[in-house]
Amino acid sequence: MNEIIGIEHYLVVGAILFVLGVLGIFLNRKNVIVILMAVELILLAVNINFVAFSAFMQDLVGQVFAMLVLTVAAGEAAIGLAILVIYFRGRGTIAVDDVNRMRG
Amino acid sequence: MDFASSFALTTAELILTGAGLVLLLWTAWAGDKAAKPIAYAAVLAFFAAGFTLVPGLHDGAIGPATLAFGGLLKIDSFALFSKALIYLAAIGCLLVAPGFFNSDAAGTERGMRAEYAVLVLFAALGMSLMVSANDFMSLYLGLELNSLSAYVLASILRADTRSAEAGLKYFVLGALASGILLYGVSLLYGFTGGTDFAGVRAGLTGELGTGALFGLIFVMAGLAFKIAAVPFHMWTPDVYEGAPTPVTAFFATAPKVAAVALTARVVFEVFGAQVEAWRQIVMFTALASIVFGALGAIGQENLKRLLAYSSINNVGFILLGLAVANQAGAASMLVYLFIYVAMSLGSFTALLMLRSKEGDLYETFGDIAGLAVTRPAIAWGLLFLMFSLAGIPPLLGFYSKFVVFQATVEAGLVAFAAIAIAASVIGAFYYIKFVKVMFFDEPVDLVTGKSGTAHWVLLAVTAAIISPIGYLLTPSLTDLAGKAAGALFLTI
Repeated sequence: MNEIIGIEHYLVVGAILFVLGVLGIFLNRKNVIVILMAVELILLAVNINFVAFSAFMQDLVGQVFAMLVLTVAAGEAAIGLAILVIYFRGRGTIAVDDVNRMRG
Repeated sequence: MDFASSFALTTAELILTGAGLVLLLWTAWAGDKAAKPIAYAAVLAFFAAGFTLVPGLHDGAIGPATLAFGGLLKIDSFALFSKALIYLAAIGCLLVAPGFFNSDAAGTERGMRAEYAVLVLFAALGMSLMVSANDFMSLYLGLELNSLSAYVLASILRADTRSAEAGLKYFVLGALASGILLYGVSLLYGFTGGTDFAGVRAGLTGELGTGALFGLIFVMAGLAFKIAAVPFHMWTPDVYEGAPTPVTAFFATAPKVAAVALTARVVFEVFGAQVEAWRQIVMFTALASIVFGALGAIGQENLKRLLAYSSINNVGFILLGLAVANQAGAASMLVYLFIYVAMSLGSFTALLMLRSKEGDLYETFGDIAGLAVTRPAIAWGLLFLMFSLAGIPPLLGFYSKFVVFQATVEAGLVAFAAIAIAASVIGAFYYIKFVKVMFFDEPVDLVTGKSGTAHWVLLAVTAAIISPIGYLLTPSLTDLAGKAAGALFLTI
């Protein structure tokens, strides 16, 4: 198996996930929840990179970093959803196009 | 490098952590009624933490003795200088808060929440970790602790839809910035084999490979987001306008110091062997920030938005000092940061004083017409601060721009200094608009509310610092900034 799937395959998957995440934030016009999912996608892309490099280099630091990122991502999602809830309470909508009370 | 010495080095952070946890319990116990005493207790904690920095600041801290926790943190002169500045800014933002939230007619909806001070404490703790990071892991931890507290702070006025929207925007773009930065870190880890600054630096000597170059660019982009430099500045005006004004004052000062200091540490200590690679990025961002900050402010009616563009403009000058890429440039950047913090705190305090009898805040040019007739003290204070931000001599804002230009010209970057000077002349336009509106327009007499003592004191102190009296500070400021910049260049 190891001869077929090398480090670059993991990196390509990571890069694709990262690009999908960034596009998900900028192209999405519908729902803020989708943006939260896109942020998670970016962080998962980073984790794939870390773990792949870590396994490839036989170095544990990358896996420790991946655990740290996972933990922080959980906190980030919690705070993002909390802000989204108070936003919804005030405005009654979470459509991206409606997030426009300030312009200029 | 045992634990005891590591703890001794991080006393300031330990005090902030302990105080934050205790105050959090107090918050849970006493609720919003105790918001004011909790804020003052947090101010005391900041003073205590700041006090522990003094010996190191005075004697200068460099070398291996500044490493803590196995090299994860590095508490050198540079970190101490930045921390002192962060704590001062945080104290200012805590002191002005009760006067803003607890006005007579505010009611429960706008009343001060006890969590405000705790969040400021934790954000400042994250910033402390950021500026003393010596490993990408501690960098990320500090950055997120700071950011997560900041998202909540932006939306702390839950009933105000603008505040909630500011928090939402800040969260989405901040999370994206963290993701971009982290992706860069993962690439650097893969192509250099380490996450500690020294290890990454050792892996980045010689020809820069494509993977490592991508890592460098992603890390720089993520950091540019955090300091709100062009082209990653678009969130700034919205967040500054929507967030409650004391929070905006906090965003414009403390996290800015932390992010700039972090950027300086990363470019010199991690990318120190690749100066040409990052220098053009920083130079471009610096000039673009100066120009776009100046142009964007023209035509703004909202004062908070205007100050947001002004902060983008100022960040450009700070980055100009960074792009010089030598010790004099870094020292000029730190001097600029100190003066910028004083000016920003003062400006936002002046904005906090523009209120009606009922305690509602005025935020647009139309509301302050003829302010010099109705409230001369506020008008003159605001005028001084705006002129200082524009860099008009003899105010201290001129001195800060002068030291940056001096470092730029001495390094032979005359063309860049010329562009920056031309842009700051354009920028003077909107500062002078304040003169026209406040001194020559028909008075509307809307600003009738009383201001608290804390506001007056802070306005007086910052006005004194930026007035010509402030030049008395410059010798010791130059000395401290020189020591701090020296610590940064020890590895090069």
